[in-house]
Amino acid sequence: MRIDSIDKLAAWRDECRKRLDSQKKKVLVCLGPGCLAGGSDKILEEFHEILSKKKITDVTLEAVKKTGCHGFCAQGPLVIIEPEGIFYTKVKKAHVKEIIETTLEKGELVEKLLYKERNGDGTDHAIVDYHDIPFYKYQKRISLRNVGQIDPDRITDYIAAGGYSALAKTLSSMTPQEVIDQITKSGLRGRGGGGFPTGRKWATCAKIESDIRYVLCNGDEGDPGAFMDRCIMEGDPHSILEGMIICAYAVGSREGYIYVREEYPLAVINLQNAIDSAREHGFLGENIMGTDLCYDIKIARGGGAFVCGESSALMKSVAGEVGEPRAKYVRSVVKGLHDKPTVLNNVETFATIPVIINEGADWFASIGTEKSTGTKAFSLAGKVKNTGLVEVPMGVTLRKIIFDIGGGALKDRKFKAVQTGGPSGGCLPEDKLDLPVDFDTLTKAGSMMGSGGMIVMDDRTCMVAVARYFLGVLVKESCGKCVPCREGLYQLHKLCTKITKGKATEDDLNLMENLSRVISVASLCGLGQSGPNPFVSTLRYFRDEYMAHIRDKKCPAGVCRELITFNINDQCTGCLACIAACPVEAITGEKKKLHVINQDLCTKCGSCYEVCNFDAVDIK
Amino acid sequence: MVNITINGKVVRATEGEMLLDVIRREGINIPTLCQHDALEPAGNCRLCMVEITRTEWDGWKKYVTSCLYPVEEGLIVSTHTSELHEIRKTILDLLLANSPHSDVLQKMAEEYGLHKTSYEPNLEGDNCIMCYACTRICEVLGKSAISPVMRGHEKVIAPPFGEEPPDCIGCLACAHICPTNVITWTDENLTRTIWKKKFELIACEKCGKATISRDFAEYLIEKRGLPKEYFNTCDDCKRVELAQKMGALVDKAKEVAL
Ligand SMILES: Cc1cc2nc3c(=O)[nH]c(=O)nc-3n(C[C@H](O)[C@H](O)[C@H](O)COP(=O)(O)O)c2cc1C
Ligand code: FES
Ligand code: FES
Repeated sequence: MRIDSIDKLAAWRDECRKRLDSQKKKVLVCLGPGCLAGGSDKILEEFHEILSKKKITDVTLEAVKKTGCHGFCAQGPLVIIEPEGIFYTKVKKAHVKEIIETTLEKGELVEKLLYKERNGDGTDHAIVDYHDIPFYKYQKRISLRNVGQIDPDRITDYIAAGGYSALAKTLSSMTPQEVIDQITKSGLRGRGGGGFPTGRKWATCAKIESDIRYVLCNGDEGDPGAFMDRCIMEGDPHSILEGMIICAYAVGSREGYIYVREEYPLAVINLQNAIDSAREHGFLGENIMGTDLCYDIKIARGGGAFVCGESSALMKSVAGEVGEPRAKYVRSVVKGLHDKPTVLNNVETFATIPVIINEGADWFASIGTEKSTGTKAFSLAGKVKNTGLVEVPMGVTLRKIIFDIGGGALKDRKFKAVQTGGPSGGCLPEDKLDLPVDFDTLTKAGSMMGSGGMIVMDDRTCMVAVARYFLGVLVKESCGKCVPCREGLYQLHKLCTKITKGKATEDDLNLMENLSRVISVASLCGLGQSGPNPFVSTLRYFRDEYMAHIRDKKCPAGVCRELITFNINDQCTGCLACIAACPVEAITGEKKKLHVINQDLCTKCGSCYEVCNFDAVDIK
Repeated sequence: MVNITINGKVVRATEGEMLLDVIRREGINIPTLCQHDALEPAGNCRLCMVEITRTEWDGWKKYVTSCLYPVEEGLIVSTHTSELHEIRKTILDLLLANSPHSDVLQKMAEEYGLHKTSYEPNLEGDNCIMCYACTRICEVLGKSAISPVMRGHEKVIAPPFGEEPPDCIGCLACAHICPTNVITWTDENLTRTIWKKKFELIACEKCGKATISRDFAEYLIEKRGLPKEYFNTCDDCKRVELAQKMGALVDKAKEVAL
């Protein structure tokens, strides 16, 4: 159906909702990146396979559907049964038959697949409805509102969920200026890292005299470990399109691009499907919803470099040039793609727009903090129990995210630090856990919001090695055009390596501090300017650990190979496990007798430490 | 015209002209490596950084590369603070670490009191400092035969796929503009080799000496409208020819006068 007038949309929505409501039960199979890796596509197939042969009242074939990432990846593959919200975890293909027979046919629970929450006394209790699980309970989903709930390939799902109603409202009752005013009033700041006020960006673009203006979406998501944008692109692509179309109306644009990194093929497919069906239904192209608005979107595929996410590099890349940042003191909103005024916003930013239009600027501004309104999505990763995708109101504490939602450090080890902001972000220690998470607080603490990566580290993490790792990423990702970033980060990384080998002096540390300052002020783009962060923030909070490497030639966390020795203590039961595990035959001993490591042969690979069940291997 | 202040002195400048040009016009010396009058500014070397502020900024200041910063009314510029000294010194130090054998860099670093790099020198490093002067001049000529490839510290200037650059015309503009003289070429008899590509050099009709490459001559004839015959002789012979013509004229004039 082509929506050639605003009124038609409401009727279509009723139809879509009726159709969905007629499905008494729905089975959602998560096909997000985490669950897919666990084989959830096979699970979906199995459901369809069995249900195509077997008729069950209340369950139609259409009601078993794929969704994008539901969030709780650590428990995946996930299968959710609505309307009860029954949450089945770690599902395997072999479980499908049982789910069908027990839950769908008899209405009973498959106990073993339910989520188990740990009690204070070490026992577990099962939670049926996922809304009651702490991981979900403390979240507030705005940009992720539909991700994991709808089938991204069905525009009818999006319509039933209220999709394109914000666009209808915009086109029928708001002037472009009113849209900009609402976005400005909402306090929305860009979710791509910089935190620039979105309304102000749109207002600037709209004001510039020009025949052509572009509205672009940044789906480059270069932070290793971050996957919020990916999950929105894969799981709810129409929400991005709707945000972009509203923006196009506000600033007067007819043409736009979504820049997607090469590593996200499914995002490209789902976005392209969404674009095609939006066009077919009259939400894109000429005379959108029967109005004068004409706007169309193409997908531009990125070359996979982190720096291509930087605005000027991205625009060059879209224009078919080498994706290097431009060194000019004109903002891309004034002179962007093909030197025309251009709005570039992040995926999450655009996905938030429809909700602001529908619920109002005041409602959005009431969430979060005064200067960072609304919610922010994070990908929780690293040494944390509940890895996955979360969205919380701005201003909640790091502790809440990591401990209440994330469940704390993996294997109940001691929390040491959390890294936020992507490779050029910073690490914050335990005593910063009660800081509210918002743009300005994180920056002041020496880290940054970035696009929302959050990596938890436990006490077995060496902060010098962490700094070295992230510097290494940045050295590879630097475009190499300007000297401070190319040569500076390279030398910083080399000096950091020197520390991890126990060969650095305090003079080296001073040199590094000085160098870091120069790289930050003198680099051409944001990559270099924030590049020394991994070093600077870890030095700020973990100087003792640096000094231990430099002065005492020790790695307190037991990570830096050159600085540690492995020894077997008298807890050893003589089980031979480490002897079998040692790749260089450095361990000798007999059954039931204390084993010994020959230090001359030991390569410090840590295999013995990993296999020992009796805590008998010491690292010093 | 706008008024700006440089190191405390009020200076008049044309709105939109680059700050570096104004600074240099005032006789103030700032080192640069990637700036060249024939090229659009690129902002690669970062040596030209200066500190700017405005009265209404309330003491807030920022560092900008003057080669790319268009002047505007009321700008207050400092070109030689201790922090700027540190920035320039560090940049030279970093460049020197990567190209310890470059005499150009050594000389510049000396001026900042650096006799050797503070970092571990890369003894195998070549002298390329990634200023892009070569690729930019090639672009100006409309050829773009060479370009930066790879990323970060691995970045090199190279022809496409590292093979003979199909668009190169052997004009040597890249080699001549290179501030650290890294781009080499050879002329042997009537063959020029640059970027591993061989070019035929036109021999002067008069003296037989090699002149420019045939590809370059064709480019100049086509793109710059120079007459074909122009490339038959070398510059020296052209000068001789001209002198002879002048001499003949003088002789004629004398004759007439007599
Ligand atoms: C090195 C570098 C990488 C960046 N990568 C991304 C990215 O992957 N995604 C993104 O949205 N923004 C990225 N940004 C920020 C963009 O330049 C830009 O500010 C943003 O897309 C604007 O959208 P927003 O205002 O909605 O955040 C990056 C910036 C830098 C300096
Ligand atoms: S991929 Fe399934 S929950 Fe994230
Ligand atoms: S001269 Fe300005 S950056 Fe090189």
